[in-house]
Amino acid sequence: MSDIVIKAENLGKKYTIGHQVEKGNYTALRDVLMQNARTLWNKTKDLATGKPIIQGDILEEVWALKEVNFEIRRGEAVGIIGRNGAGKSTLLKILSRITEPSAGRVTIKGRVASLLEVGTGFHPELSGRENIYLNGTILGMTRAEIKKKFDEIVAFAEVEKYLDTPVKRYSSGMYVRLAFAVAAHLEPEILVVDEVLAVGDFQFQKKCLGKMGDISSKEGRTIIFVSHNMGAISEICNTVLMIENGQISFSGKTESVIQQYLNIKERKPFNEKSDLGDYCSRRGTGACRFSSIKVMNTDGEETFSFKKHATVEFYFEVIVYRDIENLLFFMHFESSVFPKGVAKTGIACTPYITVPDAPFVKNQRIRFKVIFKDFDLNPGEYPTFYWLGESIHSPSIDAVDKILPNLVVESEGITGLTSFITLKSELVMNMPDIIV
Amino acid sequence: MSSLSCKHTEEPVLIIEPGRTEKNYWADLWRYRELFVVLAWRDISVRYKQTIIGILWAIIRPFLTMVVFTVIFGRIAKLPSDGNTPYALLVFAAMLPWSLFSNALSESSSSLISNANLIGKVYFPRFIIPAATLVTAFIDFLISFIMLIGMMFYYQFAPAPQVLLLPIFIILALMASLGPGLWITALNVKYRDFRYIIPFVVQFGLYVSPVGFSSKVVPEQWRLLYNLNPMVGVIDGFRWCILGGKSPIYLPGFLLSLTITAFFLWLGVSQFRKMEKTFADLI
Repeated sequence: MSDIVIKAENLGKKYTIGHQVEKGNYTALRDVLMQNARTLWNKTKDLATGKPIIQGDILEEVWALKEVNFEIRRGEAVGIIGRNGAGKSTLLKILSRITEPSAGRVTIKGRVASLLEVGTGFHPELSGRENIYLNGTILGMTRAEIKKKFDEIVAFAEVEKYLDTPVKRYSSGMYVRLAFAVAAHLEPEILVVDEVLAVGDFQFQKKCLGKMGDISSKEGRTIIFVSHNMGAISEICNTVLMIENGQISFSGKTESVIQQYLNIKERKPFNEKSDLGDYCSRRGTGACRFSSIKVMNTDGEETFSFKKHATVEFYFEVIVYRDIENLLFFMHFESSVFPKGVAKTGIACTPYITVPDAPFVKNQRIRFKVIFKDFDLNPGEYPTFYWLGESIHSPSIDAVDKILPNLVVESEGITGLTSFITLKSELVMNMPDIIV
Repeated sequence: MSSLSCKHTEEPVLIIEPGRTEKNYWADLWRYRELFVVLAWRDISVRYKQTIIGILWAIIRPFLTMVVFTVIFGRIAKLPSDGNTPYALLVFAAMLPWSLFSNALSESSSSLISNANLIGKVYFPRFIIPAATLVTAFIDFLISFIMLIGMMFYYQFAPAPQVLLLPIFIILALMASLGPGLWITALNVKYRDFRYIIPFVVQFGLYVSPVGFSSKVVPEQWRLLYNLNPMVGVIDGFRWCILGGKSPIYLPGFLLSLTITAFFLWLGVSQFRKMEKTFADLI
C-alpha cells in the first residue's frame, strides 16, 4: 500500500562485545607479562585483518535487535517502549541511518529527521543565535528555512535576552529550551524522537509535548517517539510498539500496550546463582548471596511501578555460604538525565543498615524486608542496586545491580535525579516465607 | 524546505540494508553542502575564541618558524638560495604551502574523533567532516599569505607572471593532505594509535620537505626519488609561482608528486567510504 511510509522486514543488529575472564586472587608478574604480550599480539592481528579492538578476553555476539518487522503509515504517531537495553535506541539509530543493520531491510518513504539528543552539535563557545543556525543545519534544515522560523524559535525557547551570549553561560534550563525549540521547528515528513523530553522543567515539557502532538495530528507528519514516560506516550501516540530483548513483543493501540508494559512481572528468574561471575551484574566474595528479591506495593502485589510517595516494600532472602560475623545491607536507585548532552547522575540510597541477629552461620537463610514509607523519588525509571558486606571498608560480599527490571515512578514528565539523596527506610527481620 | 509542497511529486524512497552501497553518494554530498559550510564556519569562528591575539596566531607561527629556518639554514649552514632571492622569502614561500598542508592534515585526521557526538546522533555523509577542516586550514593560509605580500614589498621583490597559477598549487596542497587525512581519520575511529602518529609525521615532514632549503640542494640523481614526497612538488610549484624562473619546476619529479597525491587521494576516499558505515558503532 502506498500509505505505508516505513516498512521494516526482519531487521537485525549484531554487536560484538568482550568479556573479561575472572582472574585468580594471586597474579604473578610473569602472568601479567604473558597476558600483555598475548593481548598485544592479538591486537596486532586485529589491526592486520581490520577488526575493531574490543576489550576483553572472550568475545560474544549479541543481537541488540532481531527479526523486527513492522509497518508505519503516513501521519501515524508511533510510540516505542521497552526497558533499558531492550533495543529501542538501536532501532532509532538504524531508522535514522546512523548505523547500518546487520540483517534485514527498512524501506522509508520521505525525509527523516532524527532527534536522538537535544542540542546535537551545540558548541559551547558560540552564541545562542549561532547555535540555532548550527543545530538547525545539523538537523537538516536549510539556511532559508531557519531564517524564516528564527523568531518563532527564539520565542518558543524564551531566550530573547541571551541570544548573543555564548551558550556555555546559559543555565541548563535555557540550554535545553533553546535546543528543543530548534528541533520542534523541524518539518520533515518523518520525525524520529528519542527520549529527549526527560530534561527541562515540567512546564516546558508540556509545551514540547503539545508541539509534537500538533506535528502529527494537525500537520499529518509521521512521528516515531521513544519514551519511558507513559504519560507522554499516551498523549502523543496512537499506536505503540513494545520491544523486549531486541524483539517486538506487543504492538497495537496505545492503552493496551502500555497496560501490558506496566503489568509485566519479573520474567527473569533471579536466584543465588544467576549471572555469577558476570562483572556488571554481580560481584563480591560470595560468603552469602541474595537468593530472592521482590518488590511489592502495600496490597502485597508484586510490581515495579509506583506512584510518588507510595509505600514500597523490598523483600530479600539471603543464603549464607560461609559463617559471617556481621552483615551490612545497603541499596540505591540511580537515574541519569542529560542536560547539555552530559549525563548527570543522581543517586538515592539507604544508609548502611546492620542486619540484626548476627552472626549468621553456614546454610542459614536470612529473610528481611526494607520498607520505604514515603518513596520520595521524582518520576522516572530507576535501575536498582543491592549490596551486602561485612563492614563499610571490607570488600563486598554480594553486590547485585541491574538484575531486576527498573523501578518506575509514574507520573507526568520525567525529572529524574541529579543529586545525591538519602532515603528514609526501615528494615524488618524474619519475614515469613512469602518468597517463592 | 518545501517538503510539504513537493511531497506528492517526488518522495525519496530510501532502502536501508546491510552492506548497501550508496548509489548517489556524491549527489547526496551536494545536498548537504549547507552543512559543510556551517561546519567550516563553526570551526573557523571557534578556532581563536578566548585567545588574546586571536587570528594573529595564524601569522606568528609560520613567521617564527621562518625566522628560525632562515637563521639556521641560511646563515649558519649557509645553504644557497635560488639565484639572488632573499633567503627569508625562499623559506616563507615554502612555509605557506607547508603549513597549509600540515594544518589541513592534522585537523582532518582528528576531525572524526572530535565530532564523535555528531556521528553518534545524526546522519549526514561523514565525508563532510574532514572536508570542512580544509576550509579552516585555507583561511589560516590566506592570512599568512598577507604576510608574504608584506615581505615581498619589504624586499622589493616583484612576483613572476606565473603567480596566477598559484591556485592550482593551493588545491594540490589541499588534495595532498586530504588523501592521507581521510584515511587516517577513518583509521583513528577504530585505532586511536593514529592520533599519536600524525604530530610526528608533521614534525618529521617539515625537515624532509624542502621548506628550510631549496630543493636544488638535493643532488641531481636523487631528485626523482625525493619527489616521492608529494609536498616536494607542491613546494617547488609555490616557489616557481612566487619567486619566478630562478626556482624552476623539476618536471619529472613534479609529475611523480602529482601521481603520488592522486594515489593517496584515491586510497583515502575509498578506505573512508569502506569504513564510513561502521563509524557510529566504533567511535
